[in-house]
Amino acid sequence: MPRFRIAIHIVPRQGLLDPQGKAVTDALHTLGFAAVHDVHVGRHLVIEADAADRAAAEQSARTMCEKLLANPITEDFSVASVSAA
Amino acid sequence: MKIGVVSFPGSNCDEDAYLAAVEHLGCEAVMLWHKAHDLEGSDVIILPGGFSYGDYLRSGAIARFSPIMQEVVAHAKRGAPVIGICNGFQIACEAGLLPGALMRNASLQFRSMPVTIRVERTDTPFTVLCRTGDLLTMPIAHGDGRFTVDAPTLERIEGEGLVVFRYVDADGVTSEAANPNGSLDNIAGVTNAARNVVGLMPHPERALEPLLGSDDGSILFRSLLATVAA
Repeated sequence: MPRFRIAIHIVPRQGLLDPQGKAVTDALHTLGFAAVHDVHVGRHLVIEADAADRAAAEQSARTMCEKLLANPITEDFSVASVSAA
Repeated sequence: MKIGVVSFPGSNCDEDAYLAAVEHLGCEAVMLWHKAHDLEGSDVIILPGGFSYGDYLRSGAIARFSPIMQEVVAHAKRGAPVIGICNGFQIACEAGLLPGALMRNASLQFRSMPVTIRVERTDTPFTVLCRTGDLLTMPIAHGDGRFTVDAPTLERIEGEGLVVFRYVDADGVTSEAANPNGSLDNIAGVTNAARNVVGLMPHPERALEPLLGSDDGSILFRSLLATVAA
């Protein structure tokens, strides 16, 4: 089976208080980046896995997110990219 | 009554919980390693505080998949008393034994301090000897204690009376100042629908001696003894 490199983004769910994002926003404002109005701090995971094809790799990554990598109550995830490893 | 205390790699309140059972309550107790598949006849399970698996990924996320947790979940589903303290609360939430999740403190600070909590429910195995409205002082020590649920779930748990403890001021009133981590509705502890599983962020096992600042944690353990012995 071919090997894929899957990038996953996990961020705090929209609408929930994100104190880290707020702190980074404030720091950017202090540095003069006045145009910034929102920052969300999350996690970026890169997974290398074997799969039949690209779609299967993405589906597998989604299942991993649902079961372990993201908390369904507090976090949103997205599969950012799937590429040949 | 036999109390089982689960030790995960990174647990650091497991010895305290064990001593609470053996020395404070005078019960039989056993330490249960996270890789074990057997609760060794424990009637009650304590998921202790600490930083299981280094809090990698999210607090409690990896501990939830320990072999022993399959047994703990089955034990809880049979209606047996289970208490999750601090990291144990986080693990119980991740395992689906309790509603909600514990997120980074709103202040972004690790908070290690005594807090006052108000007892909201006396129909759990850990609060039967309390009266509703009792104020208890216990220490907290956590960075991820902000109790969070979605709006429909919050409505449900408040409506069904699943909130067991709230952070309050010295007069017993909920306020933002009395909320050490930004938890929704000042929630410090919750129970499940069957009311046999309780989780809380404060540490009752560290509040058993006046010499250590408070013995208010005692009533939770004595409640347990009264429930299980009855």
